[in-house]
Amino acid sequence: MDELLKLLKHNALETPKNLARMLNTTEEAVKAKIAGYEGAGIIRGYQAVLNTDLMDVELVRAVIEIKVTPEREGGFNRIAERVSKFPEVESVYLMSGTYDLMAVVAGRNLKDVAFFVSEKLATIQGIISTGTHFMLKTYKNNGVLMEAEKTDERLKVSP
Amino acid sequence: MSVSKSHPKSKRKPGDFIAKHLLDIPRSGIRDFFDIVSSRKDVISLGIGEPDFVTPWHIREQAIFALDRGATTYTSNRGLLELRQAISTYVGEMFGVKYDPETEILITVGVSEALDLAIRAIIEPGDEVIYHEPCFVSYAPEIRFAHGVPVAVSTTRDNGFRLTRAMLEKKVSPRTKALLLNFPTNPTGATLTQADVEDISAFAIEHDLIVITDEIYSELTYEGGRPSIAAVPGMKERTIFLHGFSKGWAMTGFRLGYACSPPELSEAMMKIHQYIMMCAPIVSQKAGIEALKTRTDTEDMRLSYQKRRNFLCAALNEMGIPCHVPKGAFYVFPYIGDYGLSSKEFALRLLDEENVACVPGSSFGECGEGFLRCCYATDIEEIKEATERMARFVKRLKGSSSSST
Repeated sequence: MDELLKLLKHNALETPKNLARMLNTTEEAVKAKIAGYEGAGIIRGYQAVLNTDLMDVELVRAVIEIKVTPEREGGFNRIAERVSKFPEVESVYLMSGTYDLMAVVAGRNLKDVAFFVSEKLATIQGIISTGTHFMLKTYKNNGVLMEAEKTDERLKVSP
Repeated sequence: MSVSKSHPKSKRKPGDFIAKHLLDIPRSGIRDFFDIVSSRKDVISLGIGEPDFVTPWHIREQAIFALDRGATTYTSNRGLLELRQAISTYVGEMFGVKYDPETEILITVGVSEALDLAIRAIIEPGDEVIYHEPCFVSYAPEIRFAHGVPVAVSTTRDNGFRLTRAMLEKKVSPRTKALLLNFPTNPTGATLTQADVEDISAFAIEHDLIVITDEIYSELTYEGGRPSIAAVPGMKERTIFLHGFSKGWAMTGFRLGYACSPPELSEAMMKIHQYIMMCAPIVSQKAGIEALKTRTDTEDMRLSYQKRRNFLCAALNEMGIPCHVPKGAFYVFPYIGDYGLSSKEFALRLLDEENVACVPGSSFGECGEGFLRCCYATDIEEIKEATERMARFVKRLKGSSSSST
C-alpha cells in the first residue's frame, strides 16, 4: 500500500504539511495525490473511530447472517445493494461459507434491531433466512484498541 | 574464629580499593543527563536510545510459550544450536557472509557483552584500537578496561559523518592492532558505501589489523544498502562481526546478541564468555529463534522510523537547525553550534525552558560538540510537539542574540 494511504488510515486528520515532511515531499504533491485518490474513489471517506461504550448513548449493534437466493444476471449484488440502502445498516459484506451476506446493523435497543431485521430485512424477496448476533462489547475497532493502555516504560535517557 | 590482625599501615577507605585504571574513566555523560531529566515531570524525551515499539507479539508469545514449557535452564555456552543455525542463515542472506553455526557463532548477552568479549580476546596492554567519533559511549571505556589505548578518529558533518581511509591513515601506528566500526552509527546515523567499505578493508589488510564491526543498527538502513565489511573478500578472517536483536526487532530487554568470527577467535571469546557469563538467557534465545522466522517485523518498523526521520529532519531544518538526513539508525544529529551555546548548555536550556530532552553531542566524543542527538524512535505526536517547542526555543535564542549584538 502507498505510504500516504497508510498514514491517512492511521490518522486521517494529519495535515498535508506534516504528511509532506514524513514522506519527504511537498505539501502540494500530497494534496494532489489525496485529491487523486478521492477522485478515483479509493478514499471513500474520513471518519472518527469512537468507543461508543464510553458514550452516554443508547446504541446496540448486531451482526446479521443472511442467506440469499442469487438472482439470474444479478447474482448477490442487487440484494446486497437493497440491504445496504437502509441507514440502520452500517456495513455489508459478501461472505464465503454457510451464509452469503453479513450485515452490521445498529439500533437504539435490542427490540429496534430485532424489529428491523424481521420487518425489513427478512421480508426482502430473495432473502431465505437471517441469523442475528448482538455485539456485547468492542475491544478493537478499525485497528484501534478501545482501551489502549499507553505505557512507555523506557528510561527517559539512554545510550 | 578469626582473629583480626593489626595492620601497620593506615587502613584503606572503600574508594582506595578501586583499581587505578578505572578511576581515570569518566562516568557516561548520558548518565549525568539522565539524572537531570528523570528529576523532571512531563518531559518529551528525544533522548532515548531504544525502539518505542514493543517486541512483536509473536516473539513475545513464543517467549511465554517457552516459559510455559519449562525453559528455565542453562543452554550450551555457545547458545542453542537452533538459534546459531538461524543466525548463520540470516547473516548469510542479509550480509553475504557465511558463518559455521558450530564453530564461528557465539550467542551473547546483548551486543554489549559481545563487544567486551571481542576486545578482551584480542587486546593486550598498550595495543591501540582505532575507532570513530562521535560514537556510542561504551567503546573507549571498554578498550581501556582491557588496558588498550583508544585512538579516536573524528568524523564530520560535511561528508555525513562517514569514515574514509585518509582519516584512518593519519591515526595508524605500529602499535595499532584493531579497528572498531559502528555503521549505521549511534549517534550520527551515518552509513558507509560499498566503496568506503572496500577502501577501509584495503587499509585493514595493508596494516594487518583486525576489524570489530558492530552492525546492531543494520536493519534500520533507509537508503543505499547495508554493505558489511565482513563480506569483502579477504576480510572474514580478520573481522569479528557483532550483531543482535535489540534494535531491529525491538528486543532491548531480552539482552540477546551474537559474535561471528573465524573459529580461533570465536573460541577465544568463548573462553571468556563461559567463565563470566555461562550463556545467554534461554527464554531470550527461544525468542530469538522465533524472531528470525519472518523478515517482515524489521521491515514494518523500518518504514515507520523512516517517516519519522523525514519529519524530524524537515522540521529541524525549517526552524533553522541544520540537520543532515542520516541514512541509518534512529537518530538525527543536528548542528546547533551557531547559537553561541555549548551542546550541553543548549540541551539543558531546552530542557529547562521547553521540557524537551535531547542528548548533548559532546556525550559521544569531543567532535560531537556543537551537535544534539535526537532520537526519532518516539511517537509521532510527541515528535510533533517536541519540534514545536524546539522551534519556539530557537526563535527566542535568535531574538536574544540579535538584540545583544
